[in-house]
Amino acid sequence: MSYLIGENLTGGYGGADVISDCSIFVEKGEIAVVVGPNGAGKSTAMKALLGMLKLRSGFVKLDGNDITSMSPQERVAQGMAFVPQNKNIFVTMTVEENLEMGAFLRRDDINETMEQVFELFPVLKLKRKQLAGELSGGQRQQVAVGRALMTKPLVLMLDEPTAGVSPIVMDELFERILEVKQTGIAILMVEQNARQALNIADRGFVMVTGENRFTDTGEALLSNKEVRKSFLGG
Amino acid sequence: MDFSTDMLNALVLISNYVLIPSLSYGSQLALGAVGVTLVFGILRFANFAHGEIMSFGSMVTVLITWWLQSLGVTMGFFPTAMLALPLSIIITIILVLIIDNSVFSFYRKNKSRAVTYIVTSVGVMFILNGLVRIIIGTDEIIFRDGQKFLIKAGHFKKMTGLSEGLALKQTQVLTIVIAIISVVLLFWFLQRTRTGKAMRAFSDNEDLALLSGISPERVVMVTWIITAILATLAGVLYGLDKSFKPLVYFNLILPIFAAAIVGGIGEPLGAIIGGYVVAFSEIMATYAFKKFIIYLVPSEFAPESLVQFLTTEYKFAVSFLILVLVLLVRPTGILRGKLL
Repeated sequence: MSYLIGENLTGGYGGADVISDCSIFVEKGEIAVVVGPNGAGKSTAMKALLGMLKLRSGFVKLDGNDITSMSPQERVAQGMAFVPQNKNIFVTMTVEENLEMGAFLRRDDINETMEQVFELFPVLKLKRKQLAGELSGGQRQQVAVGRALMTKPLVLMLDEPTAGVSPIVMDELFERILEVKQTGIAILMVEQNARQALNIADRGFVMVTGENRFTDTGEALLSNKEVRKSFLGG
Repeated sequence: MDFSTDMLNALVLISNYVLIPSLSYGSQLALGAVGVTLVFGILRFANFAHGEIMSFGSMVTVLITWWLQSLGVTMGFFPTAMLALPLSIIITIILVLIIDNSVFSFYRKNKSRAVTYIVTSVGVMFILNGLVRIIIGTDEIIFRDGQKFLIKAGHFKKMTGLSEGLALKQTQVLTIVIAIISVVLLFWFLQRTRTGKAMRAFSDNEDLALLSGISPERVVMVTWIITAILATLAGVLYGLDKSFKPLVYFNLILPIFAAAIVGGIGEPLGAIIGGYVVAFSEIMATYAFKKFIIYLVPSEFAPESLVQFLTTEYKFAVSFLILVLVLLVRPTGILRGKLL
């Protein structure tokens, strides 16, 4: 049984269903990537896992426990961390304060975790006293991921972490995400840059119009002719 | 008289009629505007009831002051109201929390639009206004006691030999000192404490604050408590400096909103700057500079008119003017706050 499972998720934002019968799962120490065309419901599926969507059917399980009825905040307390695509940092606060806010629920010493984040993203240590809003796009994404890591999460969910950053920054960010994976965290990622994302993925989900079209290992999806033709540009 | 004495006289004159009154009035506006701006930053609506919260806090202070005086308790040199402040702040906090619980929390749960909140706050404003008038009446009440002047104009003239006097009221000094202490404490709280940082995070990015596990109800409650403290302080200091009159606080809402918007709404530091900007503009625009200029220029250039931009009856027009100018030229205010 996988660590985080969303099974047969069906629901939307009040109107028609955006996702239907969609299943996503991820193991500890594994990167799972959700790819697919615009409007396929990738981000919506992730929001469903986090409890930000009204589900008509399906369930979400974390470590074997049913968390379907929990609020997003309760799920965060259970060890799920989420990096939204937009507005994912506190722009009027310093880098250090952003990280502190990430660890808001923790009552123990957070310095060690902060040092780990600084080790992962050394540039943040240099800019710890600077306002996060003054950083470059790539550095902001690092702050966003760092903030999420401060809770010492068991599952890290990233909504298009490389949207709007340069290819070099994207490669760098994927490198860091691979490093995070080594610590045994389950990572679930929604990505527009499908080819690069599947390259580092252990598992991939190709979504089309709110449903799973293909589910396989990243490698297998990359070599699947149909997937390549339809979603990876040949 | 030689020119340097004229210069000194001009300086004393402008200090007495513009500088000191503006500093103390500006401090009162700043304390009020910080409350408005905090509520806007956290609850995301313009709270029209703020002036009435000031009025309510001041009314409670007046009542407690009377009660203390009837018991024969006074503070000698200081106004008795200072002794009444802690209890009246607590009562105002309770009132504000009751209002939030019974009125605003309903709209929070329903995720109402900002305009709904604003209209609701106007309703709260009228209810509080009526409540205050029922309890204490509409008359002007002077509740200041203790020593009125620290420096008397006549005394100052005798001491310095200048023809202009400088009067310094105790309430003016109290206002400025209390404002400085409150602002320093507020910024220490917002910058250094866990709850203060959570408030800033919530104001900055509500969704992300929720994802970080920050409890919105707690942040909202702390915001109301701080607002009630600042509103009571601002109201009592204003009332001590001038007088207590329920409708005056109703009118104060305009310069206070102007101050919050000029400084950049949602920015506490901006609200403080805005408070002084509005106060100085209001007092300078309604001050007759004739005498001041006479001291500084040779007698043949002396102006015949009063050199007064507006008569004092129009002082609220200055707030309006500043408000319109800022919204036209720089809608985010001096410190680039949120857009209304």
